[in-house]
Amino acid sequence: MAGELKIRVNERVWNVAASPDTPLLYVLSNELMLRGPRFGCGLAQCGSCSVLVNGVETRSCVTPVSAVAGKSVTTLEGLPAWYASQRRLSKAPELHPVQQAMIDEQAVQCGYCFNGMIVKASELLSKNPHPTDAQIRTAMNGHLCRCGAYPRIVKAIQRAAQNMLAEAAR
Amino acid sequence: MTTLRRDFLKAGGALVVGFPLRGLLYGQERGSVAGPPDPKQVDTWLAIHADNTATVYIGFAELGQGASTALLQVAAEELDMDMSQIKTVRLDTNVTPNQGGTYSSAAIARGGPQVRTAAAEARAALVRMASQKLNAPAEQLRVARGVVSVAGDPNRSVKYGDLLGDRPFHLAFTGSAPVKPPSEYKIVGTSIPRNEVPDKVSGKYTYMQHVRVAGMLHGRVARPRGQGAYGVGAKVLAVDEASIRDIPGARVLRRGDFLCVVAENEWDAVRAAQQLKVTWDNTPSLPGTDRLYQQMRASQTKDRVVVERGDVTAAIKQAAHSVAHTYHCPYQAHAPFGPNCAIAQVTADSALVMCSTQDVYGTRNTLSRVLNLPVSKIRVQYYEGSGTYGHSCYDDVAQSAALASQLAGAPVRVQFMRWDELGWDNYGPAHVGEVRAAIDANGKLIAYAYDGWHHNWSAVETAAQLAGTPAAEWNAGAAQQVNPLSCGGMYDIANVRLVNHQLPGKEYLKGAWLRSPLDLSFAFASEQTIDELAGLAGIEPYEFRRRNIKDARWLGVLDAVAKAADFTSKRRKGPRDRARVVSGRGIGLGTHLTSYGAAVAEVDVEKETGRVIIRRLFGAIDCGLAVNPGFIENQISGQLAQTASRMLHEEVTFNTTNVTSLDWNSYPILRFEECPEVHATVVQRLNERSTGAGEEVMAAAAGAIANAFFDATGERMREFPMTPKRVLAALGRA
Repeated sequence: MAGELKIRVNERVWNVAASPDTPLLYVLSNELMLRGPRFGCGLAQCGSCSVLVNGVETRSCVTPVSAVAGKSVTTLEGLPAWYASQRRLSKAPELHPVQQAMIDEQAVQCGYCFNGMIVKASELLSKNPHPTDAQIRTAMNGHLCRCGAYPRIVKAIQRAAQNMLAEAAR
Repeated sequence: MTTLRRDFLKAGGALVVGFPLRGLLYGQERGSVAGPPDPKQVDTWLAIHADNTATVYIGFAELGQGASTALLQVAAEELDMDMSQIKTVRLDTNVTPNQGGTYSSAAIARGGPQVRTAAAEARAALVRMASQKLNAPAEQLRVARGVVSVAGDPNRSVKYGDLLGDRPFHLAFTGSAPVKPPSEYKIVGTSIPRNEVPDKVSGKYTYMQHVRVAGMLHGRVARPRGQGAYGVGAKVLAVDEASIRDIPGARVLRRGDFLCVVAENEWDAVRAAQQLKVTWDNTPSLPGTDRLYQQMRASQTKDRVVVERGDVTAAIKQAAHSVAHTYHCPYQAHAPFGPNCAIAQVTADSALVMCSTQDVYGTRNTLSRVLNLPVSKIRVQYYEGSGTYGHSCYDDVAQSAALASQLAGAPVRVQFMRWDELGWDNYGPAHVGEVRAAIDANGKLIAYAYDGWHHNWSAVETAAQLAGTPAAEWNAGAAQQVNPLSCGGMYDIANVRLVNHQLPGKEYLKGAWLRSPLDLSFAFASEQTIDELAGLAGIEPYEFRRRNIKDARWLGVLDAVAKAADFTSKRRKGPRDRARVVSGRGIGLGTHLTSYGAAVAEVDVEKETGRVIIRRLFGAIDCGLAVNPGFIENQISGQLAQTASRMLHEEVTFNTTNVTSLDWNSYPILRFEECPEVHATVVQRLNERSTGAGEEVMAAAAGAIANAFFDATGERMREFPMTPKRVLAALGRA
């Protein structure tokens, strides 16, 4: 029954009106009005719609909303708070270090793929704080960018990793 | 200055009664009247606000290239304001001037001078006002951060905002105000960051795909999976509306062969479009990918000699060496990363359409015909989508939403699915190029002939066509012809003949401009020819080009890339025969319709698998005055990666009835793991006018990649994309 399903997104609990088989993406876009996850292919091929589910990068375009019941969903908008809770920071920064690094490197062109890029890179750095370029490229390989921003994205992830290590050492 | 302005000033800046209504309300009124606003009025281009900020009205779309920031740099420079004091607004046919579409890399080339002269005229008017107010001659006034002060007496000053705050200039835009000499530039020429990037990384940016309006239905088009021949469109034989009866609220809208399903919930619309049973006329209309080039050479063509100079045939007969080869280049898709989306709100006598068009005024014209409403009743607003790189489905989806809204009697949001966007794109047309060229005994190019076969761009969008408008093609424009600049135009050659063979477009796929239209194909053929002649002359490719170029700017950009890539250094080549992986480097030149592009590629080729790995790409551009070199470096980086993608992977495939490359598996693009290292060089020329920078290095890169492949393997690729299968065939290992 519509309305009975509850999901936790960015540490807030939401009642879902959509039917349980509705892909999570459509709930995030049309009920929660979030602008991070976005439609790219609907086939889990591009990474445009990626979110973290219990910290694991997940394609929301093919994940039924019912599948995330009882789990914690983090979107692009929730990454700063997610980072703060992971690092046990007293206050969430305005931007996740990966987001800040994308600005610092001016990595963005159209920016439509950056939701997935930032979500995936945040997941990567939470598991591997000091990745090599090759490890970054492998981890990111399932995320496409039509503008060809890949080289600057790799640089930005390296910059974010350094900033996060420096912050942890403080 | 108008009488009105003088009266206003006499009154000491206080609001004067009798100020015309249009003037008073200009700010609010802007938007209520169908545009374009009068380009001959300064008020059309900019407004000064009471808080000493300015709004610049710009007719170019932000496509992720930085146009919205760079044009503000131009305006801020001339106004002597700070970047933090200046902003722009959304493109809107009721609000922003018509500067023509944001294509052909025109934003800075054409838009820059317009914005610059409008801002200069506004500044001159503001200084005149300040001169009266401060009782000081204009020559003694200085402006910084929008504050006019008397030289040597900074206490005597007045802000722009206090001179004019939110009131109109009422000033004719004559274009006669002097502009700053480039030597005084403080903002133009600097690489400040883009203004929209922070919102793009934080999830605050409003892409078209995020827009929602009250009472809106979600729509999805119902079409065959993948287009057939353009002239055929798609014919509905039967629609079984009962097939979606189990989806609550879903309904079918139809005009002719245009079919769209709408529902209150987006997922219901998505499901209904897939579930709807439609019988389409499936008569074969295409040659299929395998027979494409054969059909292209067999078609009846309209031929046009683009350039004829000297006598190519006679020169080739007397030449020391000549080469002649045919090159095959595929259809390629725009493939925007997020499929196009639009929202339309159509009533009996008005329409508001929000979409990601490159040209709000052009889109308004076509919507007028589709909706049978006068253009003055239609308002088009631009919201950025994902990178379009030319004429992707943004007009098609705008028309689809408009038709659906007209049929449904409610606002409708239509988003294309991945297969709609890849299957019904206006593809970059396939091309066959035949090049013949020759040198004399000294290695001097003496003859160059290029024959190119392709079709023109399709003028009618699929939505309109399905709804009843017959297919038609664009008239021949420069970008649809064999391009004299990319086809040998950089070299000094006495005998030249370029011939364009226009195919009957209705018998082929739908086509339109794809970033650097046709130029990758031209350069793939042309720059390999130049390299072959260099080989026959026994001269290094870089040196051969230097000797055959006279134009200082072509030489400059060639030298810039060669230096960046250390191309002149001698290399020791390893044994080619026994190695499993062979390496090579190549150089290439090319452009689109303006600017000068050069590139160097370094590739590895795996002889056993046929895999080509592009290790490094270097690109250099001379586009005159570079307003923001950092943006151009980013554009070059993207162009290099996208060219790698197009040369290695991208090819639209089709059988005799439909396009079959409909997702990222069947239409693969470059991925992270194979993306080359990229290096960008901008040749800054402060005293030359700005020309395009959004696409002008791609042709050069295509040529460089092909030449690097030869350098690695000793074999030539005459067809791209350079897939393992084709590479193995070229290496004789297929």
